[in-house]
Amino acid sequence: MAEYLILIFEDENSYATATPDVFQEVMEAHNRFAAQVGEKGGKIVEGRALQPTSTATTIRNDVVTDGPFAETKEALGGYYLIEARDLDHALEIAKLTPARFGGVEVRPIMVFDNA
Amino acid sequence: MTGAAAGHPPADPGPSTGSGAGRDRPAAAAAVADAHRREWAFVLAATARVAGDLDLAEECVQDAYVSALEAWSQQGVPRNPGAWLTTTARRRAIDLLRRDTTLRRKLPLLVTPDEPTAQPAVDEGCGVIPDDRLRLVFTCCHPALAREAQVALTLRLVCGLSTAEIARAFLVPEPTMAARVTRAKKKISAARIAYRVPDAAELPDRLDAVLTVVHLLFTTGHTAPGGDGLVRRDLVDRAAGLARMLCALMPDEPEVRGLLALILLTDARRATRCAPDGRLLLLDEQDRGQWDRPAIDEGLRLVREALRGGRPGRFALQAAIAALHAQAPSYPATDWAQIVRLYDLLGRAWLSPVVALNRAVALAMAAGPGAGLAELARLEADPRLAGYRYLPAAKADLLRRLGRADEAAAAYRAALELTDNHAERQFLAGRLAEVAGR
Repeated sequence: MAEYLILIFEDENSYATATPDVFQEVMEAHNRFAAQVGEKGGKIVEGRALQPTSTATTIRNDVVTDGPFAETKEALGGYYLIEARDLDHALEIAKLTPARFGGVEVRPIMVFDNA
Repeated sequence: MTGAAAGHPPADPGPSTGSGAGRDRPAAAAAVADAHRREWAFVLAATARVAGDLDLAEECVQDAYVSALEAWSQQGVPRNPGAWLTTTARRRAIDLLRRDTTLRRKLPLLVTPDEPTAQPAVDEGCGVIPDDRLRLVFTCCHPALAREAQVALTLRLVCGLSTAEIARAFLVPEPTMAARVTRAKKKISAARIAYRVPDAAELPDRLDAVLTVVHLLFTTGHTAPGGDGLVRRDLVDRAAGLARMLCALMPDEPEVRGLLALILLTDARRATRCAPDGRLLLLDEQDRGQWDRPAIDEGLRLVREALRGGRPGRFALQAAIAALHAQAPSYPATDWAQIVRLYDLLGRAWLSPVVALNRAVALAMAAGPGAGLAELARLEADPRLAGYRYLPAAKADLLRRLGRADEAAAAYRAALELTDNHAERQFLAGRLAEVAGR
């Protein structure tokens, strides 16, 4: 098994204007996802949601500025660290990851030789 | 090492002509070149499984080809050169792995689920060598790799072309192509793209990616993107060879047959696509008597097989269209109504504005230039066709046939601005002079 990070990029505005019903659906979708990963033979090592980019602080060359690293319509809003057999398996799981206002990016975790 | 200039490899390589011992270096060199062309994919695919790393596998296979020259000069060409090379390359890989523990540790690649392979393949002293060519092909054409990387990897790993050769074929500087190949290989290993044939559920999508790569190789060769010659033979032959290999490995996939048929039927016109002076000849000007009949016969047989079983895919349908052209006694006497119907089916199987463009051209033949022109007017609004050289070229031709010379001239000028291929430019400039002079 190898580790992959599933990064969830979504439109923050859609969440800012979402009704409580929508939040409820999103929460349920994530709970369902957690169960599905196990059924697929993968494992969630960890998963977190992030506060919106309005709370982000960026540091570049020791200069501290307000805001995210890059201003984009779809921002990193949360992640899952998962275990999967290979990329196909990881992508199969990533396709199930809830991201109704955007999409996900899958990145393999780097393994160092002498770790 | 890729000097062998033979045409299609026969379906069965047959026994080699090695005749015992003695120093016969030219014969050995010829056999090595031949084995490079025929067996590279098999040898590399089988070695990759043992090496667990594509770079290591490539290195060991290169070494095996080098030692083959010496060994075959001394001892004669073995009965099964592919098995000899595979055994040698695999031994070398195992050897290197044993010696170099760091090499062994860094191998995350080729996560190889050990399902039984379809063809048990050859045995030459070290057990059965599985035929892993399909694994190799599907790995090179994995959707997580960019299309251009899929194409480059396929030429490099499946066809055994050097980076310099691939760069030349695609008119890309060699360092750019080298970086592309390296980056793709890195992704395969770092992201753990598995070395396997997709299961039945994923197969249709994954196979389509493979066929798209082979077809792209063919079309790139069929009308070279730049330069003097219209056709780049080497790419056309590679594409045909790959389609033939896939056909042998996946005999039950109609789309694979469809692709091979499409390539054979289209390429059968090769000799007639240019006049002796290099001028481009369109379908209606070509000498149909000079078309390659054996290739057409084989293509027609494959089309019939590909269409069996209903719901034909986009390659089978394109091949069916090519088949109607191949059988038509002349351009006007072509079954255009049937071709329009096939384009309708194709448009449903494959949402492509290029299909719609071709349908408009066929419609112009079936129902008159005016009908075709009306279709083209609709397509001009499609942003996906903006900058596509065949749209103004098709429009120009219909306007010319309607006698609307000024509009035709404007369309020929627009097409010329989008075209880099020398033969095509010549053709368009000739037509422009014709309508402008009227």
